[in-house]
Formats: sequence, structure tokens, C-alpha cells
Amino acid sequence: MITKNGSLPDQPPPTNSIGVIGWLRRNLFASVLNTLLTFLALYIIYLGIVPAVNWVFVNSDWVGDSRDACSSGGACWVFIAARINLFMYGFYPEEGYWRINLAFAILVLLLVLLNIRQVPRRGWIAAFTLIGYPIIAFYLFYGGAFGLTVVDTHNWGGLSLTLILSGVGIVASLPIGVVLALGRNSQMPIVKAASIVFIEFWRGVPLITVLFMSSVMLPLFLPEGTSFDKLLRAMIGIVLFESAYMAEVVRGGLAAIPRGQYEAAKALGLNYWKSMTLIILPQALKLVIPGIVNTFIALFKDTTLVLIIGLFDLLTTIEAGFKHVSWLGFAVEGYVFAALIYWIFCFSMSRYSQNLERKLHTGHAR
Amino acid sequence: MAAEKQPGELPTKAAWWRRPVFRSVVFQVLLVLGLVYVGNSLLNNTLYNLEQRGISTGFGFLGVEAGFGILQTLIDYQETDTFGRTFLVGLLNTLLVSFLGIFFATLIGFVMGVARLSRNWLIAKLAMVYIETFRNIPLLLQILFWYFIVLNKLPHPRQSLEMAETLFLNKRGLYLPAPLFESGFWMVWAALALAVAAVVFLARWTHARQARTGEQFHTFYVSLAILFGIPLLAYFAAGSPLSWEIPELKGFNFKGGLVVIPELAALLLALSIYTATFIAEAVRSGILAVSHGQTEAAFALGLRHGPTLRLIIIPQALRVIIPQLTSQYLNLTKNSSLATAVGYPDLVSVFAGTTLNQTGQAIEVIAMTMAVYLTISLSISLFMNWYNRKKQLVER
Amino acid sequence: MKKIYALTSAVALAATFSVTVHAGATLDAVKSRGHVQCGTNTGVPGFATPDDKGNWSGIDVDVCRAVAAALFGDAGKIQITPLTAKERFTALQSGEIDILSRNTTWTLTRDTSLGLNFAGVNYYDGQGFMVKKSLGVASAKELDGASFCIQAGTTTELNLTDYFRSNNMAYTPITFDTSAETAAAFDAGRCDALTSDQSQLYALRIQLKNPEGAVVLPEIISKEPLGPVVRQGDDEWFNIVRWSLYAMLNAEELGVTSANVDEMAANSKDPNVLRLLGKEGIKGSGMGLNDNWAHNIIKQVGNYAESFERNVGQGSPLKIARGLNALWNKGGIQYAPPIR
Repeated sequence: MITKNGSLPDQPPPTNSIGVIGWLRRNLFASVLNTLLTFLALYIIYLGIVPAVNWVFVNSDWVGDSRDACSSGGACWVFIAARINLFMYGFYPEEGYWRINLAFAILVLLLVLLNIRQVPRRGWIAAFTLIGYPIIAFYLFYGGAFGLTVVDTHNWGGLSLTLILSGVGIVASLPIGVVLALGRNSQMPIVKAASIVFIEFWRGVPLITVLFMSSVMLPLFLPEGTSFDKLLRAMIGIVLFESAYMAEVVRGGLAAIPRGQYEAAKALGLNYWKSMTLIILPQALKLVIPGIVNTFIALFKDTTLVLIIGLFDLLTTIEAGFKHVSWLGFAVEGYVFAALIYWIFCFSMSRYSQNLERKLHTGHAR
Repeated sequence: MAAEKQPGELPTKAAWWRRPVFRSVVFQVLLVLGLVYVGNSLLNNTLYNLEQRGISTGFGFLGVEAGFGILQTLIDYQETDTFGRTFLVGLLNTLLVSFLGIFFATLIGFVMGVARLSRNWLIAKLAMVYIETFRNIPLLLQILFWYFIVLNKLPHPRQSLEMAETLFLNKRGLYLPAPLFESGFWMVWAALALAVAAVVFLARWTHARQARTGEQFHTFYVSLAILFGIPLLAYFAAGSPLSWEIPELKGFNFKGGLVVIPELAALLLALSIYTATFIAEAVRSGILAVSHGQTEAAFALGLRHGPTLRLIIIPQALRVIIPQLTSQYLNLTKNSSLATAVGYPDLVSVFAGTTLNQTGQAIEVIAMTMAVYLTISLSISLFMNWYNRKKQLVER
Repeated sequence: MKKIYALTSAVALAATFSVTVHAGATLDAVKSRGHVQCGTNTGVPGFATPDDKGNWSGIDVDVCRAVAAALFGDAGKIQITPLTAKERFTALQSGEIDILSRNTTWTLTRDTSLGLNFAGVNYYDGQGFMVKKSLGVASAKELDGASFCIQAGTTTELNLTDYFRSNNMAYTPITFDTSAETAAAFDAGRCDALTSDQSQLYALRIQLKNPEGAVVLPEIISKEPLGPVVRQGDDEWFNIVRWSLYAMLNAEELGVTSANVDEMAANSKDPNVLRLLGKEGIKGSGMGLNDNWAHNIIKQVGNYAESFERNVGQGSPLKIARGLNALWNKGGIQYAPPIR
């Protein structure tokens, strides 16, 4: 129909191509094959979800203080509740829990401050997090100063040990990684060769052999009579291993800095160290933050390997929990709980790093 | 200095100790000296400590009788064999689990990576849930979990699940019939080699013909027929020289046949499920990295969906995927060392575990173990460099 | 350069933790440190297990507590380092621990070629087998073709091979890193039998879901004298550890217990008791200890019988009979030289 105003307004699209129905048709039932796949997926979800929900929620036990409380046949979360302090703090004395809590509270505060754009002098906060904070945290955990009693590392354990191991691994490997990355890019053949050998060696071997080496062989390498704490030995192994990976991450950042920046620094008459510390590294390190977070995620997962050398991290304490006579047979609950904790940490960190990556990308778009 | 210069005098060169060349030489000499010093003192400490503690050194232990049994051996091994042989047994077990793991991880990874991009919303989300769940849980935890599940859910040997009285599944593993090759079986191998050669030749010929005349020839079914037909003919011609050894319940356990032990199964399951999540992400990013314009251009040239995928998309996506894939393969191989947690007799478990303990020669044993992994990873790196160079040449 | 940097930073960090030990000076080091460093198992019920608070107990731990009681008059001044089978000797050799009390078998090789000394035997053991009752096996000789769960890197593994080879039988070994994993695998039905030191079999049996469903077979296929180990070349320390153990044995023989030790010290007329409790004779001076060193051990840790019954005997879930570990005059072979 033609009217005076020209064409008629558009007809609304057919009802089956918009709204819920349209969405379903487009995304679930676009073709015969697609429909079949949809039903297959629904069936898989049904198979997986129903028993899981039953086990986790419907038939589970939540309250009680011994295994007798678990009679419903589903999950026995009483086991987790009864031992949660052990899982979180290991054998750390109960009156010292506030020290661990405080240390992690400070860390969270610092990380939050670092991620709010409006906070002034974030560079200083970052420097403090990397240099000052570890010292504070060390005294809080270990004690021996400011009137805090000494808590020996044998008593450290649980999730806090996992976090300590991965935190120390990252913070200590960062400077070594930067030096190695600069070394690998160096013009000096010997420096370059030494860095390459170091990096490729540690990247080429599995972490578990490194941990074996640090736990069994390290005492043989040291002058007679010196001995390291078991935890410290594991940390040394982890840091050496991780610094090689860190070096590669930093090198990626160095490669991403446009040549012009190097040339401009030279043109200004800056020497090598000045141009690196003032021009190149600040930019490169900012670029590799997502990479560092990803390394941290990998390390966080890898710390579970200390189970094999007998350190009581989160996974080991949970295993020790369900191997204890009073809680035998709750392995699935233990593993599911461990998986959940690791998953929450890793997933949120990976989301964070993806976010950051996106932000950094737009910042550098040309 | 500059102020004291007389007019007309040429600017002096920088003092010799300020020249970059001199500095770099000094710095490197210092580095070498430092490394030598550290290395030397480590060596001295070690030698002194070893002597002090009466720990024997050298590789003589490799020739000594091991005296312990190993659960799974791909080569013949007795308790009376040497520690050196335990190294080989462990190495082969590591390679076995790595190869199988790589195979399954690639399979699952590609399926999931493609599913992640599926136009079916539900399938894409399921794939995403799979990826996000399993890549964020530590591998060791997954291995322990699967081992626990495998051991607890399967029946005892006497109540085995069975299929056609040839396949048996129980807590002790999956028992399969083992092929016994009789004397004439070499003919079948020969026929297979012949068939492969024929297929290669056929492919070359059709390619050349298409380049020359533009005529296409569908090689797929023909190749299939050649690959299966010729060896099958040879098999019957040689009088069926193959029999099967069926596993049988004797005493406590099944005897005979091939067995997939639960340790291997759990390790394999965990390794392939975990690594596949990373491969899936690599596949996805590879496919997404090929710009949509390429697909449109291919359609505009009149290519259909299949050839577009095969000739345009995949070759470009592979350039992104393969480097990531190799590094995942490398990770899988290194991660297979977690076998020690569930008692699968791999290199770390057998050699750096039991052998180390029985001989006490930690340095030699760990050094040999590390050397194996280094060799594997360096050869894969070399392959990667070669591959990247090759791909760069193709790019214009 | 970077290696030196890494090394110096590691060393600087280590300074906070490190312990320096000079040969022959373990006693001084322990005294100045204020506690005894003990290496134990990572958790074998009855021998060394941590409770929910991380307090360790067990017959192996009692040896350390006895030494601490003798030295400091306080059995609580110990620190436990749980060690895997792999780490144990290195940890002692490097000075990380002062005593290795980790159900370690005394053998010629270990005593002579590792730079270590065994200070005595706190538990006479032997390797045995545990099977499920449902298997219907009464003797190890019927186990031809069976599969065995074993802990890796132990003498157990070698003994098993020897036993089956000498009896011409076939077997399948399945090895695990820790005894807990070994027990879990046996419980799940991965293997037909579990083999280990007999004491551990009882300990592991109570870790099964259904302890009644498993039996320990009568055969013992090896001698496993377990005892505390110290570094070779420090005789002073060696003597203290050895005699702390002997004091507990002598106390049992003389009928001195933690309950009656104060009373005995005040009223006993038996010269043997008086010598043990430091009222007469050589007292503790020969070892650089206080006169009441043994009194403190007995008061705080108890005599050998008390320690045994509390940790592995009738007072514990393990309920192991004394057997070989009874005193020599009660049918066993525990025998301590006299204190005089």
C-alpha cells in the first residue's frame, strides 16, 4: 500500500525470529544436526547435574562434629567444617591465627589500592608491595620480633602455606627474571649465553625433579654444617624454576616495546642501565602484568607438588585429613573441597588477567 | 675537563676505562670468574660432603643388580636385571604415557576448541564450562581424584565387567586380548608398507594431474581401500598368521593378554583432560586469529565450505596453533612425572624414586633424570625453531 | 653475576633459618638452641602421628621426648621434622635434625657407609603380610601370582623380591611413596596383599574402612630392628641418645613408672633404682647431664612399657602384643645394659 508519506513503516519481524523463540531457533535448533547436538548436550547436563546436586546439597550433611553425623549417604561436609582451621592454617598455633589473617588482610588492601585508578602514587604502593610487604609478612608469619613469638616453619601449613609458597615464588623470581631477560637480550656474548643456558635448563626439567633436587641434593652442595629449613629448600627450588619462566615473560614485554623507545633513549644520551630502568622496563613490566598473573596461576597450581616432598600445603593437609582414623573414607569430599578452593583462586585470577589484558590493549592501540 | 681544553684542541676520546667495549669485556670476565668460583665451590663442597659421608660416586651402580620388581615393563625386565635397566624401563614408561597422553589430549582439545566456537549456544557453553573447570584445578589433584574414582568404582577381579569373554575391566586394570604374531606375519607388514607407498604415490599423482588439467580425483575412498585391502589380502594369503591371547582369571588375577593398569588409566585421563583445555584454547585462538575476510574471500572465489576450511582457514590457523601445541606437548611430557603420586612406574617414580633410594646416589640419578627431560625439551625446541623458520619463509 | 646475586640472597635468607653444626658438638648446638630436632615419619599411627593441633606422638617420638627430658628436664622441648623415606638420611647427615627416629631398619650398609650410627633398638620388627579375609588365604605360601602394595624405597621391596625368588613364586609389585597411599590402595582393592613391617601392618589396618575384614598373616620374612640414628663421630651425643633409651628399659625392668618415680626416688632401698634415679653412683656427669636425667625421662615420658602400651599396645587402637619387644626376662629380647 502506498501512502502520501512514501513507504509504510517496517513490519515487525515474524514472532518466531525474535524474542525467546527466535533466540532458541537461532542458537539451539538452527538445523537438524544442531537440534540433535542440543538434545545430546541437554542429556549430558542431566546426567551430570542431577547426581551432583543430590550429592552436594540434597543428601548431604552439614552439621555435627564427628563422622556419626554423616548418615544421609551424600556428601559429608561435616568433615570439612571440623577440620577447616587445619586446612586454612596448618599446625599454626591457634592464638596466632590473627597474624596470618592480618598479613593477608594487608595484602588484599594493597592489591585493592593498586587496582583503583584514583589512588595517588600507585607506583610507590607497588614498590612497597614487592619490597616492604614481604618483610612485614615474614615477621608476622615467623615472629621473632616486635614481641611476636617464633612460629617454626614446620607448623606452617594449609592454604596459607600454599599462598606463601606461591607468593614468595613470584616476588623473588621477578627480579631474577628481569635480570635474566636483560641478560638474554644483551650484546655481550657470555652474558647472553649464560642467561640462555640458565633459562633453558630450568624450563626443560619438570618441577618435581627440581623439588627432589632441592630436598635431597641441596644439602650436599653446601659447605659442611650449613643446613636449610625444609620449607626454604623447597622455596629455593621453586624460585630458581620460576625465575626462568619469569624471564621469558619479561622478555616478551621487552620485545613488545617499539624500537623507537630504545633509539630515543640512546639519542638522549642515556646509558644502558638508565635507559633500561627509566624508559624500557617501566613500560615493559606494565605490559607483562597479565603474563605475570598467568605465571602466578601456574605456580599456584604447581605448589601442590610439594605434597611429594612432604610439605603440608592445602592438598597435603586435606589428604592427611581424610587419612586420619576418625575421618577415613571422605576422600571425595576432601578432593572436591580442594578443587573448589584452587578453582576459585585460579579462575578469578585468570579473569583478572584477561580484563587487564583488554585494558592494556586499548591503552596502547594506535 | 672540558673547561681546561685549549681552543683548537680536538675533543679527546672518552677515557679507556669508560669505553663500552672495555666495560663489557670487564663485566664478562667478572661474570666468568664469578661463575667459575660458584661452580668450583659447589663442586668442592659436594665432593667433600660425599667423601665425608661415605657416599659412593660414579655410574658404577648402573651395572649392579636392582633386586626389586616393576609393575609395568615394556621391555623384558627381571628383578635380577641391573639398575641401568630400570632406567630404560622407566624411560619407556614415561614415553608411553606421554605419547598416549598427547594423542588423547589433541583429540579432546580439537573437539572442544571447535565446540567452543559452535553456533549451538548450549554446546559452546558446555565446552566453556569444561575448559574453565579443568584448567583451573591443579593437575596433581586431578590425578589423585581419578585414581581414587577408578579404584573405588570398579569391581574386584572375580566380578569383572566383561565383554564377549575377551575384554575384562576390574580394579586391576583393563584386560585386552594380546595379538600373537606367527611366523608368516612379516608378509602383512610388508603389504602395509607397500600400501602406504601406493597411497603416497596416488596422492602425488592426483595432485600433479589436477595442477596440469584441473581434473579432480577423490582419493579418500581409494586410499582407504588400498590401505586396508592390500594388507588384508596378504593376511589371508599368508594363512591368517595371527592369533589372540585371551586374558584368563587364574588364581588371584587375570593372566595373559594386554593390560592397561589403573595407574596408567588415571594418569592418562588426568593428563589428557587437563592438557586438552589448553589445546582447546589454542585451537580457538588460532581459528579466531584468521580474519573473517579470508572466509568471505574464499566464498567469493567460489570455494565451498569444506575446501574453504581445508585450504584457507586451517593452514592459517595452524600457524598460530602449532607453536602453542608443541609447548603443551612439552608440558604434558614434563607433567607425566607426576606419575609418582599414584605409583605409575615412570622414569621419576622408578629411577629417581626406587633406584635413588636403593643406591643413595642422588646426584647421578637426578642428573640422569634431568638430562632425559632436557633432551626431550631441547629437541622439541629445535623442531619449533625449524618449524617457525619454515613458516616464516612461506609468509610474504 | 645473577647467580651470585641469587646465591647471596638465598644465603642471606637462609641465615634466618640455618643451623650450624660442628662435628662433635651436637650437644652444644642443641643446648644453645633450646630444643632437640627430631626426624620422624610423615605419619604412621603408633610411631609418629600429628593430632589436629600438630602435636606429635608415638613410640618414635617418645625417644626424642626422652632425650629432651634428659637434657632440659622438659620432654616438650622437641621439634619434629616429618621426613619421607628418601630424605631421611640426608636430613641427618646435613645436620638439619639431631636424631632420626623414623622406624629405620638397622643394617650393615646403613651403619657403615652412610656416616651414621644406630644408637639402639626401640622396636624389634619383621616384615609380614596383610590380606583381606575374603581372599581366603592363611599363609604367605599361598600368595603365588598375587599383587602386592609396597612403600617404595624401603628394605621391604628387596625382601619381598628375595622371598618370592627363593620360593619360586611370581608376584606383581605396586609401589607408592607413602604408607598412607599404600594402605589406601590396598583398601580400595588395587592389590591382593599389603606388605610392610608387622608393626606398620597393624597401624595400617586401623586405617582401613573395615579393619575387621583384614588379617595379618603369620609369616615373618625378615629381621627389622628399628631404632634411633645419629651422626657418626659425635660420641657424646650418641651416648645420650643410647642411654636415654636404655634408661626407659631399665626403668621397666626395675618397676619404676611415671606414677611411682617420685616415691621410689624418696623411699626406695634398691641400689639399682637409686643409681638409675641419680641418688648414687655415676649419675649423669659422664654424659654431661644433670643427676636427675633419668628421673625426668621416667617422670615425663614413662618407662618403656608405658610408652609401648600407650602408643602401640593395649592402650592404643593398634593393640600390638609385646612379643619380641618384651623384656629379656619376660620372654622377649629387649635388654638394656645396667646403669652403674
